[in-house]
Amino acid sequence: MWVELGHFCLILASVLTLFCGLAGLIGGIQQINSLLAPVRMATLLIAVLLAASFAALTQAFVADDFSVRYVASHSNSLLPLFYKVAAVWGGHEGSLLLWGLMLSFWAAAVSLLSHGLPERLQMLVPAVLALLGLGFLLFILLTSNPFERLNPVPIDGADLNPLLQDIGLVAHPPFLYLGYVGFSVAFAFAIAALITGQLDAAWAKFSRPWTVAAWVFLTIGILLGSMWAYYELGWGGWWFWDPVENASFMPWIAGTALIHSLAVAEKRGVFKHWTVLLAISAFSLSLLGTFLVRSGVLTSVHAFATDPARGSFILAFLALVVGAALALYAWRAPALAQSVRFTWLSREASLLLNNVFLVAACAAVFIGTLFPLLMDALGGGKFSVGPPYFNRVLTPLWLALLFFLSIAPSLHWRENKWVRFARRSYICWAAALLLGALTPLLFGEWRWGVALALALAWGVLLAAAQDIVQRLRNTGRGLSWGQALRRQPRAFIGMHLAHIGLAVFAMGATVVTAYETEYDAVIMPRETLTLGEHQVTFQNLQGFVGPNYEALIGHFRIADENGRVMGLLRPEKRQYVSGGEPMTEAAIMRNFLGDIYISLGEMQGSDRATSGWLIRLYTKPLMGWVWAGCLFMVLGGGLAMTDPRYRRRKVKEKAEHPGSAPAYRPTYSEPPKETA
Amino acid sequence: MSPRQTRFAWLAGGLVVLSLMSFFIVQALRENMVFFYTPTEIQAGEVTPGQYVRIGGLVAPASVQRQPDGVTVHFAITDNGVALPVSYRGILPDLFQEGKGAVAQGRWDGERFTANEVLAKHDENYMPAEAQEALDRHEARGLTLVVEP
Repeated sequence: MWVELGHFCLILASVLTLFCGLAGLIGGIQQINSLLAPVRMATLLIAVLLAASFAALTQAFVADDFSVRYVASHSNSLLPLFYKVAAVWGGHEGSLLLWGLMLSFWAAAVSLLSHGLPERLQMLVPAVLALLGLGFLLFILLTSNPFERLNPVPIDGADLNPLLQDIGLVAHPPFLYLGYVGFSVAFAFAIAALITGQLDAAWAKFSRPWTVAAWVFLTIGILLGSMWAYYELGWGGWWFWDPVENASFMPWIAGTALIHSLAVAEKRGVFKHWTVLLAISAFSLSLLGTFLVRSGVLTSVHAFATDPARGSFILAFLALVVGAALALYAWRAPALAQSVRFTWLSREASLLLNNVFLVAACAAVFIGTLFPLLMDALGGGKFSVGPPYFNRVLTPLWLALLFFLSIAPSLHWRENKWVRFARRSYICWAAALLLGALTPLLFGEWRWGVALALALAWGVLLAAAQDIVQRLRNTGRGLSWGQALRRQPRAFIGMHLAHIGLAVFAMGATVVTAYETEYDAVIMPRETLTLGEHQVTFQNLQGFVGPNYEALIGHFRIADENGRVMGLLRPEKRQYVSGGEPMTEAAIMRNFLGDIYISLGEMQGSDRATSGWLIRLYTKPLMGWVWAGCLFMVLGGGLAMTDPRYRRRKVKEKAEHPGSAPAYRPTYSEPPKETA
Repeated sequence: MSPRQTRFAWLAGGLVVLSLMSFFIVQALRENMVFFYTPTEIQAGEVTPGQYVRIGGLVAPASVQRQPDGVTVHFAITDNGVALPVSYRGILPDLFQEGKGAVAQGRWDGERFTANEVLAKHDENYMPAEAQEALDRHEARGLTLVVEP
């Protein structure tokens, strides 16, 4: 019965999205403020109904209700409870329901937190979100209903793909979806602003925290997926330029560009057209990602089923959303004039360059991902584009981005004196070049490419540090460093933290790519092998019985060149009870300066006591820095989006003078007073 | 500069940037495309030896042999027509099995395909698209052979 109730809630929610969308659009366009309360109510109700629907599906999983087709094909009575809950989004149907749920949560959050907005926006934004929700709910109901019953009822379920039975992967989809779907808020704000014709600083200010929030979640989602690939797939890689990864990376790049151009649009009133287009593209790329991943165009752990009806539905939906948004833009854009000037040595210009490079990177990823698919679909031959392409195209773009990022923080808005700027920066640059030249020596052979990348990353780090110190000195007279730091706006600290994160990430990624080593070797029990700088001893093999699997665990002692023991690694080979091939669980020793990674290959015989094993040992210098860099970006974004500045309700002034948008504009279009 | 000139400068600048970018992207794409071939096509000499290509098909039954060094492995990939000998150094993916689909990337030297990357399916239920493609192409060829005479 719960299952039917869940299904019913889903249907009810989709009817409500239609109502909410129409009412909000009519109310927003005709300025009928009496429709605001119903729209807000409907938005909240949709979220409640979808939560109930999701809870019903979860209940079916927990209760092992294998009469539901989706449960039967994605769960198993032996599965631990934790994974039964996670299995709800372990397949296509459930993950779409999760997507719809996330969208309704974002809409509800916007609706609850945006009382400071003009009434028209308060109706239009939830309306756009509701219409997007309608599309997705129809998709679920028509092509991928998770509540479909199965007859006859199987005795047990088919089990969750063992690859997915992992804590990292349990959290990966929800965060990724929060991110993907979160860009719908920026999209809805852009559409609403196009409809009202008020593409002003207030619009940019409202969009900013939401966009950063979506970006933060997307970053976490990608980070979790990458960490999972690193330890679970056993190949020691963390980014493969797989189309599925690219599908999440493209909205991330577009979102990053959007965050930066929104900053300019808010502070200086320029790049508005550009910002609107970026908001539309970030969300469109999220939809495209869903299409790529869920339609079965690509074969991967993410493509659950190949059903052409699903692919064409998402493609049609994508075309409709993008088409409608761009048509609206083409219709309304000429009304948006902008006339603020800036010079080439200014923060605006550096942010423009940031956007140019990010969009170029996004385009390169887009082409590398879609061109092979397109050619295949058109019968132009089957080929793939691998890491060499992406590395070659993107490396110069990343380096240029790092270079401008090392300059940008010390530039003011509008214009700067070259002499003052150079005097401020040259120590920074000299130090960065020196550090960049020296750092590679820590890890191995000196290479100029590595040194250049590291010098630029150091430049970013030092420039951020210099700007923070300067600001503390200027604003915190008579205060201790800690006090002065606490006085700074969160957005300021957040920005620098995220940039430092990027620098740390860049260092990690550069060093691990340049200096990682890999050894394949056969090792006998109680044998010690010297692999590179490490001595590996195979101590013994242990049998282990888990809740729904049996495992063989190898015990390996790792020592350095001089025989000093560094630790014990226990890679596993698992066989899940529900069948299928064995799974490899790698073991990783994580250190500040690098990881040591062992995964088990196959046993070289049949006797467990005496057979040797094929093992693979990786050393991954600075691997942890890649993750740490991403974490800093997430923390920085988190700080920036919770800046109290965004919660101040300056717009109230506007509500009192309807139709006088220009009157309050100066409040925003003045550049913030620089303290330097 | 007048507004018209400014606009023109922006447009020209944008076009230059765009064309430069497209040039580099297309160049990189051309140089790094890895084409897909079936074992039959490789055997028929459609690939110049040394070219980096991708092949797909089923791992031929009873073809997987570890070499005495324990690290190198020999196996054959078949599209049910030709079984192409492949050698690979290192650990094979978990889902790599005889009789199941696999995709390999590497170079053909005229006698043996040396793979530096072997991909298997991610999930027991699905075939790698390219493994399926190889079987389909072979089947299509078989059918045309039957029809033609």
